[in-house]
Amino acid sequence: MSTRSILLKNGRIIDPVHNMDQVGDVLIQDNLIQSVGGTIEMEATADLVQISAEGLIVCPGFVDLHAHLREPGQEYKETIKTGTKAAVKGGFTSVCAMPNTEPAIDSPSMIEFVKMKSALDGACRVFPIGAVTKERKGKSIVDFLEMHSVGAVAFSDDGDPVYDSEIMRLALEYVGPIDVPIMNHCQDLCVAPKGVMAEGKVSELLGLKGIPNSVEDIMVARDIALCKATGSKVHISHVSSAGSVDLIRLAKEQGINITSEVCPHHLTLTDQSVLTDAGHYTASPGNAYDTNSKMYPPLRPRSDVEALIEGLKEGVIDCIATDHAPHDVVSKKTTFDNAAFGISVFETAIGSLLGLVHDNRLSLPKMVEALTKGPCSVLGRSFDQYKSLRQGTVADIVLINPNTSWVVDTEKFESKGKNTPLHGKTLQGRVVLTMVDGEIVFNELGADERRNG
Amino acid sequence: MDNNRNRHMLDLDQLSKVQIEELLGSALKYKDILQRDMKKQDELRGKIVVTLFYEASTRTRMSFEEAGKILGSDVINVSASGSSVEKGESLVNTAKTIEAMNVDVVIIRHPHSGAPYILAEQFESASVINAGDGTHAHPTQALLDLFTILDHVDSIQGLKVAIVGDVIHSRVARSNIHGLLKLGANVVLCGPSTLLPKSTPWSEYYESQGSLDLVTDLDEALNKADVVMTLRLQNERQLSGYIPSEREYIAKWQINSESIGRNCPDAWIMHPGPMNEGIEISESVAKGPKSLIQEQVENGVAIRMAVLKSVCDIRSGI
Repeated sequence: MSTRSILLKNGRIIDPVHNMDQVGDVLIQDNLIQSVGGTIEMEATADLVQISAEGLIVCPGFVDLHAHLREPGQEYKETIKTGTKAAVKGGFTSVCAMPNTEPAIDSPSMIEFVKMKSALDGACRVFPIGAVTKERKGKSIVDFLEMHSVGAVAFSDDGDPVYDSEIMRLALEYVGPIDVPIMNHCQDLCVAPKGVMAEGKVSELLGLKGIPNSVEDIMVARDIALCKATGSKVHISHVSSAGSVDLIRLAKEQGINITSEVCPHHLTLTDQSVLTDAGHYTASPGNAYDTNSKMYPPLRPRSDVEALIEGLKEGVIDCIATDHAPHDVVSKKTTFDNAAFGISVFETAIGSLLGLVHDNRLSLPKMVEALTKGPCSVLGRSFDQYKSLRQGTVADIVLINPNTSWVVDTEKFESKGKNTPLHGKTLQGRVVLTMVDGEIVFNELGADERRNG
Repeated sequence: MDNNRNRHMLDLDQLSKVQIEELLGSALKYKDILQRDMKKQDELRGKIVVTLFYEASTRTRMSFEEAGKILGSDVINVSASGSSVEKGESLVNTAKTIEAMNVDVVIIRHPHSGAPYILAEQFESASVINAGDGTHAHPTQALLDLFTILDHVDSIQGLKVAIVGDVIHSRVARSNIHGLLKLGANVVLCGPSTLLPKSTPWSEYYESQGSLDLVTDLDEALNKADVVMTLRLQNERQLSGYIPSEREYIAKWQINSESIGRNCPDAWIMHPGPMNEGIEISESVAKGPKSLIQEQVENGVAIRMAVLKSVCDIRSGI
């Protein structure tokens, strides 16, 4: 281990845990955060790397509770290597990997596989999430305690809900003593079973089977009831409906131990994305039936988007998670009904979210909080070391240029997943440097930033 | 961009009122030709037309084939069974294969909404005609319905048209809504709540003189209607819980001499076929004096001739 020091000069330091938002310096030594804020003067030596962060935001590395790295089994869609390279490009220094792989991550040895593979190939920290049920079939619960002891940070059958309420109840009871969340993909499989996009005006126009909000609301309500009954931690994945926000708000007011996440796309895009981006309603080739706008839960009408933004600002929703879901081209280059659900998010997440900041819909500190303190709080105290720029904790740090405009080009993605409705769109703001454990793992401090320095 | 779009016939949303009227006028000319002993024309001689059907069809496929042959083109029929589609070839690759053979027009029917748009996106030069995609659109059916109505009335403007039955699963209804609204009809959609759209975006997105309403009560829908379009009720709707029983559907929504007699005895009766006589429509009304159902079939050929000619003309820059 080097004794190298890195000094970040004159950045706008945002650390929600310490309510810090000030221009100053950050010193990293021996892979740990040594000093934060104020002016730090260091003698120039061969071991000191000094980086001008003027005009840039300096904040804790982002923690993603929800990503599909696809390994093992679907390496043609993504690998731990490509997925984590995409993650650090997007500013994520810790990524929780969903277990809907082939085979599923449903045993202690599978948890160990993900950990070992991540240690070999990972560009950032990878924390495996274990399945709730064996083979994700929803029938019998996994070896929660042993999986937890070898590194599972949460459990989820994501991609599918834990549909059987009795299984969900027993799983929650069983994990109670280890205090890890069960994350649920809330979807009542009986309601509108063949839906492919949000029910609404666009689905009516395009003749696509709609997914009504009740599909999600019903299971959120069930999970709140089970959370209350068991006292265990329930985390609602990818909240997308206004009704869910209302239900979770009510539950939190009653002191129920429930948490939730929202995805960047659900905060910034509507179901219009499936039809056109030109603001008119004539379906035209290359525009209508955009399978890169197909995901679960679906992009919903504007009223839901507004409710999600409000829910995040109020703290009803605890954090932002990507639901990064890379797919191969063939899975998307087909009819809308046949296309796979999911989009590639890592590399556009911050640009999208900064759009909300630029539009004064979300404050910058709140955005950072939802990507750092928020997700760490969901996972529990073992994540305290990753959630802030506290002195003596690991140096997982991100530098953001909030103002630079760039055009999304999937050809330049690190992710194998080129499936995003944002290809060709202009975003304002991007991550320019990412540090994991005091090591610079991504550095695109461009000409703009250097000139500023 | 506009020219590029109109090279295809994907749905009526892409056409202006004037363009619809031009197509209907052109079909009138072809209807005349169809009455002759010697029908063969040479307007599309040398053109290759492919019908690519991923779903069963009798009348639509046959009328396209007849239309293409009368106009002098060579028509090749491809069906999903017995082709490389059955071997798992993707729609995109099938599109590329077909275009590589220098065809001029591909007529596609597909069970998934939007499939013709994928073909259109792939094709660099060939035209796509949508012969029915999932629950989305069936533009030539809507055109022939408009054409048939106009054979009996002077103008669509201000007509009350009731569309009755399984509206949400009907591509015929969706395309007719576009066409009827553009031509100024007052459209009423009627059926059980479970089979009606939850919203009516169509009327919001045009400057249309027509209106669009949703009602569940059949008498309200039929009251003083000028035209009644009946939609097919598929058996599977009962199995999947959209309706409790055929018995109740018949009692509440069947188009029969009683429901027509008390509300609109002079209304023209239409059905896109295939019919379930005795379910959504009684035999006496379907075969009655105001029924246009046979005319719809007959007019299908003339409309499809007009559409084929139109897309080929646009491709040739005419």
